[in-house]
Amino acid sequence: MKLRHLTDTFFRYLFLTAGVSAIGILFSIFIMLAINGLQTFTDVSIAQFFLSARWNPSAFAEPSYGILTLVTSTVMVTIGAMIIAVPLGIGTAAYISEIAPAYIRETLKPIVEILAGIPSVVVGFFGIVFLGPLIADIFNLTSGLNALNGSILLAVMALPTIVSVSEDAIRSVPREFKEGSYALGVNRWLTLIKITLPAASSGIVAAVMLGVGRAIGETMTVLMATGNALQLPVSFFDSVRTMTANIAIELGEVPFGSTHYYGLFAVGLVLFLMSLAVNITSEHFTKKYRWHRK
Amino acid sequence: MYLKISGLFSALLIFVLFAGCGSGEERDARKRIQINGSDTEVNLVQSLAETFMEKNPNVRIAVTGGGSGTGIAAIINGQTDIANSSRPMSVSEIEQAERRGVEPLAIVFATDGLAIITHESNPVTSLTIDQISKIYRGEITNWRDVDGPDMNITLYGRQSNSGTYIYFREHIVQADYSRAMRNMNGTAQIVEAIRSDRSGIGYVGIGYIADSEGNVISRINVVDVAADDESPAYSPLDSENVMTGKYPISRPLYQYTNGMPGGDMLAFIRWELSEEGQRVVAQSGYYPVGEQYMQQNRELGIIE
Repeated sequence: MKLRHLTDTFFRYLFLTAGVSAIGILFSIFIMLAINGLQTFTDVSIAQFFLSARWNPSAFAEPSYGILTLVTSTVMVTIGAMIIAVPLGIGTAAYISEIAPAYIRETLKPIVEILAGIPSVVVGFFGIVFLGPLIADIFNLTSGLNALNGSILLAVMALPTIVSVSEDAIRSVPREFKEGSYALGVNRWLTLIKITLPAASSGIVAAVMLGVGRAIGETMTVLMATGNALQLPVSFFDSVRTMTANIAIELGEVPFGSTHYYGLFAVGLVLFLMSLAVNITSEHFTKKYRWHRK
Repeated sequence: MYLKISGLFSALLIFVLFAGCGSGEERDARKRIQINGSDTEVNLVQSLAETFMEKNPNVRIAVTGGGSGTGIAAIINGQTDIANSSRPMSVSEIEQAERRGVEPLAIVFATDGLAIITHESNPVTSLTIDQISKIYRGEITNWRDVDGPDMNITLYGRQSNSGTYIYFREHIVQADYSRAMRNMNGTAQIVEAIRSDRSGIGYVGIGYIADSEGNVISRINVVDVAADDESPAYSPLDSENVMTGKYPISRPLYQYTNGMPGGDMLAFIRWELSEEGQRVVAQSGYYPVGEQYMQQNRELGIIE
């Protein structure tokens, strides 16, 4: 009896320590990013940093630190990925939870979740050797290493999150809602569109935001499949260099303590704040959706 | 009961895992020579190391890539024994190394020709240095302007942590690269991209795309290069052209050590510079060290 009590206390504190250290680590990372990142602005003006599209810290002539191209690339690839993944993901979720017979649901759901387990470097390689040439062929381009390629790959990577979270949301819509609709003679399609999906909407929005978070932070795939050119992209057929890819490319060789070094931390800080905003939004919607269920 | 046993078991497991990793690494670190850096050199140094290890079974050499910048950063931070670099260290890098008590010693152990490659369907077979430079600056953007078809040029290059990127910029482009250039993550990716892009142009170490007989991997064109309008264009696939300097884009390949190496490391480097080592260099698709750099190695006291 006494031993059991001891074990309980031990594990309580163990998990408490784990929880507290997660928060501690997050804060330390944020503080480290901020301390290093903000030092950029002793050499670079804030206006130049955010408004210039010229990022070239190890230039032949004059180094420049403008992140507009990087931010535009990240936003573009993420939006592109969502345009593809959101309808596909919600459609799959609706099918799995509302329409599919049990045996299809039991096979389809795990398969979609396995998608999440494919290493990003494999997805990126697929982008280079298969999707790139395919895109070039279809759109008659010379090179398929562009924003579209990255968007499609990121869509594939965000799909599992979107599908499984929105499937949960759709499934937890109370049966009474649907039954009421059927009782009024409304068919299944209209019930799904007009009743079930709107009732699950906050959960679906949370799913989409989680998908955005997944896409925004992905590094290896976009690094391999988008060409990483530093020009401000104007269409999805242009090569892009995302913030994550840029950090990955340059951090390995940057001289410690240089403006370039701090600049990369500043890029990281901006990226961190972007994904924090996305996560807070998604948390907000998830909470609403929990409240709905009660 | 079950909880207790499983708890005990996992604690034991964690202990064993941690204990295992400490002692193993310590045991190996003493004998293993770590070589890290240039992607251009990684395959070459790997073959050199393998041949050397066959002859000296008690020496262990581990070779990894990552780019010249990565290797140089590693030698400055004391994380590697030898840094492979396809460019010389910059003044600021040497200062940084000295601040950390590292004395970089530059040894030239092979010569590389940079090949300019295009898609196999591209009819352009020769370019001048000036044309290549303008293409990479973004001043020439259509193949039409270099007697090719009317087609926009797609530029492929390495990323800024690459010695090849820096070398090519400093010696050939002599300005910033066009911002439209796609920055590829390694030589293999440039080759892969150009194989499927009929408008592409790229630069890669010759050893990566050709063997010692001059056989090039499929679906790639190697462009002949002329020093200027008056000179004839030479192919890098003929080793004579590179060694005699007729082919204009060739460069020394470096290995950096921290101060004068000793023991197995010195033996390995001496062997690389021996006739036998230089034969492996040639078999790997690169070129032996020229007399000027060999003399430099002698003055360092690496060889007699």
